[in-house]
Amino acid sequence: MWSEPFFLRALLAGVGIAVVAAPIGCFVVWRRMAYFGESLAHSGLLGVAIGLFFGIDTTIGVVATCLAMAVMLATLQRQRILANDTLLGILSHGSLALGLIVASIMTWVRFDLTALLFGDILTVSEADIAWVWLGGAAALGLMAWLWRDLLAATVHEELAQAEGVPVRLVEIGFMLLIAFTIAIAMKIVGILLMTALLIIPAAAARKVAPSPEVMVLIAALNGVAAVVGGLMLSAQWDTPSGPSIVIMACLIFVITLVVPAVLRLLRPA
Amino acid sequence: MLKTPDKTLISTKGVCLTLNGREILDGIDISVDEGEIVTIVGPNGAGKSTLVRVLLGLVPQSGGTIERARDLRVGYVPQRFAVPDTLPLTVDRLLSLTMRCKPAEREQVLEETGIGHLRASPMADLSGGELQRALIAKALLRRPNLLVLDEPVQGVDFIGEARLYRMIGDIRRDRGCGILMVSHDLHMVMAESDRVVCLNSHVCCEGKPSSVQADPEFARMFGPEAARVMAIYSHDHDHTHEGGHVCPTDGHDHKH
Repeated sequence: MWSEPFFLRALLAGVGIAVVAAPIGCFVVWRRMAYFGESLAHSGLLGVAIGLFFGIDTTIGVVATCLAMAVMLATLQRQRILANDTLLGILSHGSLALGLIVASIMTWVRFDLTALLFGDILTVSEADIAWVWLGGAAALGLMAWLWRDLLAATVHEELAQAEGVPVRLVEIGFMLLIAFTIAIAMKIVGILLMTALLIIPAAAARKVAPSPEVMVLIAALNGVAAVVGGLMLSAQWDTPSGPSIVIMACLIFVITLVVPAVLRLLRPA
Repeated sequence: MLKTPDKTLISTKGVCLTLNGREILDGIDISVDEGEIVTIVGPNGAGKSTLVRVLLGLVPQSGGTIERARDLRVGYVPQRFAVPDTLPLTVDRLLSLTMRCKPAEREQVLEETGIGHLRASPMADLSGGELQRALIAKALLRRPNLLVLDEPVQGVDFIGEARLYRMIGDIRRDRGCGILMVSHDLHMVMAESDRVVCLNSHVCCEGKPSSVQADPEFARMFGPEAARVMAIYSHDHDHTHEGGHVCPTDGHDHKH
């Protein structure tokens, strides 16, 4: 499998995505935004459809749609009409349904729905790799620039604001990062499993990390391991790439739970 | 305490705040001078924390003016503070969150607040009192001339409360900064408070707290130290609140 060009392309893209997803995934975990990320990911399908409809790059279509979704969510959340999870549920599934309908109406474009929903390593092109690595580098740069302020706002929003952190601006920057990560990762993991790649490696890093920075580092390692293992599984058994990567991430998470427990049991009293 | 002529750090005139048609703050005049301890007391929902947010500039007021000294530097300790349990953060890291500072500076403020030994501890392991001290240390790192403490003794037992109050008194003495404190307890306020402001949407009354709580029963229960630092602030109310209006009475008690 290592000599197959499609496998190497998927690997290159996947590893890049895992690294970019690590710091963003950690913030999603810390800020309890898993469902928020899920909702943005679900709107990704609509983004692909819009991109194809207007004949623009689908990555740009996805970023734009996710951002619009993020702004709408943030605005509605501030109105406090509904509980946040209810609101997220409505927008998440509403946008997914709309995406599916728009995709089905556009009969002149052949949609590979399974690939969009669950990821397909065969579809990763050189252009996708360029998006992942160049865009990923830009995203990591923005992340590094926002890091201190976003961390302070995550620990305590009001205190950060009182100490001069431009909280609103920093949060908008963070939403941009989530939207972008979803757009570049969609090809590999698919829309439905996107959030898993953000939060599972971060969750697995949580118990062992002594500081936020180390947690990001461990999350990146977990993510890379999940991508490599998942893609091998996918190539070997012809399983869809997204679910294979997610299963590997879950396996790593379970190991981080079980191993310390076993070590405690084995330690002589 | 001998005082040099006081400089006003922050003062408000007729500050009002209306949120969703509800009047939260109504014509607040309040000021804090350098080296002065001002305690705001009042029942739940009286608008104490909201007033603090308005003073800090976090919430814009609907009316009135706020004057801040040109060199005002505020150190703020918020009422609720919980680090997400998924976020690994040590006390030392908390201090440098929004400020770049030398390790020696961090060590110094931790010594000042009496938790030098907890520097490497995860935030999740701190007790209520230790958390407050860590937050005060973080606020001190900014070299404030006004320290704003929103319920600094919450989640702290009585003895810890007395110690915290003594520490706050020491900070004022050593640094000469003004301190604005919020307390939900109508009776227990720091004896060293220069002024106590009773708030219930508007300023009900303000004045000096009785200097020392001299009740021997109090001293017996909480130790002479507690008796030394705490006081019961007794005040006579000359009005009640009926339907949002202030009605004069003959020394009737508040139903807080």
